[in-house]
Amino acid sequence: MPTFDLAKSSLRELNKALHDIKEGSNETSWEVVNPKGSHAVAAGVDQPVAIDVRGSVGYYCGGMNDGGAITVHGSAGPGVGENMMSGTIVVKGDASQYAGATARGGLLVIEGNASSRCGISMKGVDIVVHGDIGHMSAFMAQSGNLVVLGDAGDALGDSIYEAKLYVRGKVKSLGADCVKKKMHPKHIKRLQDLLDRAGVKGVKPEEFTRYGSARTLYNFNIDNADAY
Amino acid sequence: MTYKNPPTTPRKSATFDDYTLSEIRRAAATGIYDIRGGGAKRKLPHFDDLLFLGASISRYPLEGYRERCDTSVVLGSRYAKKPIELKIPITIAGMSFGSLSGPAKEALGRGATLAGTSTTTGDGGMTEEERGHSQTLVYQYLPSRYGMNPRDLRRADAIEIVVGQGAKPGGGGMLLGQKISDRVAAMRNLPQGIDQRSACRHPDWTGPDDLEIKILEVREITDWEKPIYVKIGGARPYYDTALAVKAGADVVVLDGMQGGTAATQEVFIEHVGQPTLACIRPAVQALQDLGMHRKVQLIVSGGIRNGADVAKALALGADAVSIGTAALVALGDNDPHWEAEYNKLGTTAGAYDDWHEGKDPAGITTQDPELMKRVDPIAAGRRLANYLKVMTLETQTIARACGKNDVHNLEPEDLCALTVEAAAMAQVPLAGTGWIPGKGGF
Repeated sequence: MPTFDLAKSSLRELNKALHDIKEGSNETSWEVVNPKGSHAVAAGVDQPVAIDVRGSVGYYCGGMNDGGAITVHGSAGPGVGENMMSGTIVVKGDASQYAGATARGGLLVIEGNASSRCGISMKGVDIVVHGDIGHMSAFMAQSGNLVVLGDAGDALGDSIYEAKLYVRGKVKSLGADCVKKKMHPKHIKRLQDLLDRAGVKGVKPEEFTRYGSARTLYNFNIDNADAY
Repeated sequence: MTYKNPPTTPRKSATFDDYTLSEIRRAAATGIYDIRGGGAKRKLPHFDDLLFLGASISRYPLEGYRERCDTSVVLGSRYAKKPIELKIPITIAGMSFGSLSGPAKEALGRGATLAGTSTTTGDGGMTEEERGHSQTLVYQYLPSRYGMNPRDLRRADAIEIVVGQGAKPGGGGMLLGQKISDRVAAMRNLPQGIDQRSACRHPDWTGPDDLEIKILEVREITDWEKPIYVKIGGARPYYDTALAVKAGADVVVLDGMQGGTAATQEVFIEHVGQPTLACIRPAVQALQDLGMHRKVQLIVSGGIRNGADVAKALALGADAVSIGTAALVALGDNDPHWEAEYNKLGTTAGAYDDWHEGKDPAGITTQDPELMKRVDPIAAGRRLANYLKVMTLETQTIARACGKNDVHNLEPEDLCALTVEAAAMAQVPLAGTGWIPGKGGF
């Protein structure tokens, strides 16, 4: 297992080594120590390798991840997993703003709390937050699933498109065009699958409330101008 | 004969002119603000208000067809491992697939490649048409991140982080449902037929300190190979340029208010942002103050129409210019050939700007499969290449007349201004005087 010590080698050397991994490589397990809040740790990974980051990271950890299984054994700064294509990112601690922004695929798990704008403009990713999420989360969320075991802050799902939001706790307020929706069996099934994949135990899908788009802002109408 | 009191000629108000009255009636009838494409249409201080002095006893010219006058430019030499070199200092500005048809994007790629320059993607991702037909392709990184993915990021030749554009600094985009074909919808991860709003701010960074980290991330993902441009609208060009440089940009793209858009509110286009002419000197000043002029390249856009405009922008300190509207006209946009169809749409060739409606008779700003057939990408690409070559020759003509063996050697000293406003904005003397407003002289 290759180990990268960011106290001794540079971020560039780390990311270059990760980008140089060829398809079918035997080096499928990597460890990064002493991240000490470094930005863009393991950004642009495009092979199915496991990367364990021992400590907290700065901005954009796992940015545009495409296949990597990244675990942050600490907390993550803003934009963890931004624009992820596929793979998984697990943050053992808390995540700052914009976790999973614009991400298109894969699974992002925050075992602590996530801050504001979690899942902003998400485009297909699945996000599971064990704790709470901050305000303006899932703003303009296009598709994918955001699962929150705790509470959500103000203006959840503002201007949401087709993403599906599942919140177990309280929602401080809903954003424009975001409404409470009925849980159908297919949603229960999907949610159970997401909880299983995120390693959540002892929590039932029936404890969640589903939120999504009322679709009233999909085509401009002057009488809806007050919503903007 | 009886004397009648002479009638006074009916007089219309300069304030409430015909256009203004029609807009009041339109707003009252529809309840929707006017959305249109293009850039500012009002008369603004512009490059036409500047003149070159030419050679004289104290400055001698170069021979028109024999003495070399270089036009090439290298972009991205600050940090990128693979800077791009263009044969001409005129690039094609970012315009999205979605706002433009596939054949139009292909034609832009073909024309730019023939002329030895770059073209740019837009808000909607990279299409095979443009990647395949563009030798040098700049990939825009926009707030919406529609179609953004690491594969396209890595097969781009440069990356342009779009903070703003001249037509609407501070505004996002809107592609109305009628232009959302299945293909456009799929590229943007949204249902077919709904309005697509593009955010005005990036989802995962705000401010210059974040931008620096965002640029670091994009460089890391692309292994520091690609030049990173930062595009700004003509809002606060001195500070925005300085902050872009501080954040680590290789190239600053500065778009004045005459720069076009696919669609936004008329009130935004005409009332927010500064004219291109007013933006260049503050941006160049910022680069000079930081010791980065010619190290971080400056690309200026917004109302560039001919070689004289190119030469003037370069003389004021730009390294290159970018064209959008003019490139579309070269492809066939607003061509009088389609006058009867423009009339049916209630407009006339040269004034058509309802690009968001997707009914463009010229087949350029549409996703209608029948209309887009009207663009022959090979012929339209050839026209664009011809036009780019003419602009380049014109630029060289002026540069040689000023005694320059490289178009980048043109300088403010080669210019004078026809109006006090232009003299103040361009910081060159009013014609016939040594007076630069705000700087003294006689």
